[in-house]
Amino acid sequence: MKDMTSPPAIITLEDVHKYYGDYHALRGITAEIKQGEFFSLLGPSGCGKTTLLRAIAGFEDISGGRILLDGTDMEGVGANRRPTNMVFQSYAIFPHLSVGENVGFGLRKAGMGKAEKTRLVGEALEMVGLGGYGARAAHALSGGQRQRVALARALILKPKVLLLDEPLSALDKKMREQMQSELRRLQRQVGITFILVTHDQEEALIMSDRIAVMFEGEIAQLAPPQDLYRRPASKRVGQFIGMMNFLPATVLSEAGGEVQVEVPGLGRAGLARAQCPGPAAPGAAEIGLRPESLTVLFDGQGAERVAPGTVEEVTYYGDMTYYDIRLDGAPNAVSVSMRNMPGRPVLERGHTANLAWDARAMVLFG
Amino acid sequence: MKGRGLHVYAVLYLVFLYAPIILLPVFAFNDGTIIAFPLQGFTFDWFRALATTPALHEATLNSLFIAVTTAVLATCLGLFAARAATRYSFPGKAPIVGFIMLPLVLPEIIVAISLLVIMLQLGLSLSLWTIIAGHTLICVPFSIAILQGSFANMDRSLEEAAVDLGETPLSTFRLVTLPLVMPGIIASLLICFTISLDEFIIAFFLSGNEPTLPVYLWGQLRFPARLPVIMALGTILVLLSVVLLITAEFFRRRGLRRAGLPDSGGFL
Repeated sequence: MKDMTSPPAIITLEDVHKYYGDYHALRGITAEIKQGEFFSLLGPSGCGKTTLLRAIAGFEDISGGRILLDGTDMEGVGANRRPTNMVFQSYAIFPHLSVGENVGFGLRKAGMGKAEKTRLVGEALEMVGLGGYGARAAHALSGGQRQRVALARALILKPKVLLLDEPLSALDKKMREQMQSELRRLQRQVGITFILVTHDQEEALIMSDRIAVMFEGEIAQLAPPQDLYRRPASKRVGQFIGMMNFLPATVLSEAGGEVQVEVPGLGRAGLARAQCPGPAAPGAAEIGLRPESLTVLFDGQGAERVAPGTVEEVTYYGDMTYYDIRLDGAPNAVSVSMRNMPGRPVLERGHTANLAWDARAMVLFG
Repeated sequence: MKGRGLHVYAVLYLVFLYAPIILLPVFAFNDGTIIAFPLQGFTFDWFRALATTPALHEATLNSLFIAVTTAVLATCLGLFAARAATRYSFPGKAPIVGFIMLPLVLPEIIVAISLLVIMLQLGLSLSLWTIIAGHTLICVPFSIAILQGSFANMDRSLEEAAVDLGETPLSTFRLVTLPLVMPGIIASLLICFTISLDEFIIAFFLSGNEPTLPVYLWGQLRFPARLPVIMALGTILVLLSVVLLITAEFFRRRGLRRAGLPDSGGFL
């Protein structure tokens, strides 16, 4: 049954394949990108995310499958006739034109009067916070300003989809954080579907409505940020998104929608079926647990489930302290993150510690 | 002290290189037909003689026609080759580019003789066009070397951005590619022009009864009395070459500046 409240798909990818000679760059990508969402393609370099973006833009021919844009098959439609616009990694600002000429470049064939063009360019520059910059030479701009010009130039054509190829990777950390929130605000304001390619998992989590994690030309998981972080579909996704502890475990039984596991060092736990992305057959398995899902108990604190261990390493970050703690009876140390608060001590190496844990935070990988 | 030795060497080297050229203007204004010191006095006679020699004017016009045509042809060919070499990969690319660049290191006398043999075998009569063909052959490598730099410096996504914004490949070339490589094109035109203008060996072998300026000059050397006139002409040619080279370098640097790129060499 179709969910009537969900917006319609603007892009439909049906079993998209791409070969470069013998190299299989895209291996059957199937996904729907919804109208008006901020969608991210996340993955390590060489996973095919940029190839997929360029295929949607029309810069790469696909070897198999279909790309539908607003219901129309894009086969044989050139990049210059697709209702998509792109913000390039290098921004690709035309150095021989002024800022205004850059932004108005795409309006050349729109057949509108000069006054109308000037007004639209002014509005677009205003929108990205560069009002009054129209007459400046493009090559004299800073990195952040180039990025804004590239955005204005792409958005002025009111594309159905805006494609962003690692747009923040060339900026310094502070500028990047500022542009992240600004891009998000801009996307809400114009309501256009944004597709962002990035290798930075934090950036994808911060900005996206949904994220497709790609490895080796395939989508490993497509989910909203919270689901992706809490319930990674595989160990590899869990490793790629944030930090995750992996503990050897034994699946004892599966009954009544609950999976019983034995985790050395922690004890026995009952997991809901939703916490097991793969099959949960009895036998050896692995448990994934985020560092913040484990809590060091200080004097006088109690918890339902407690596991004793020894502090092996302490890393102090100012706001947080990360501990490597070896649980009694466990083969490896687990990483635990604790927020530093007034009155809360920082434990030293060799100190014993009691860890509180919660079975609801666990993910089982078969 | 080692540093001083190298310094002296550098100065001697430059004197050896440029002293003969300085002799050109010195004797061009010397009031005497014998090229020897001591100087006889100051005169403009030799420059006046230049103005009243029709054969010289004809040779000059021939040379200008050849140089302009060669510059345009070589730059067009260089533009295609440089774009192909920097933008596309195709089978046999390295040997193809290598063979195009070969005339750069091939002795000109060999190029000249083989061209002459081929032209005669084909039954082509020698004319200004046979010289243009020869000059284009040796100028194309220079043009490619300059334009390859221009294309390599150009961000490839600039062309994609133009296409993405609705332009066809052709209008993209006109609106984005051409303006951005224009400094390279101008530099290539000027350098090819200069090379063709003072090229002697190919012109000597391939010219029929229409000599170019260098060929005419060589012919005049048989008459010792004409030597000061040649000195005057040489003075003008040196000045012209220097002006052209500086102009070419100016455009190359302006191109880099416009594109906001660091300078990585060049001819000057």
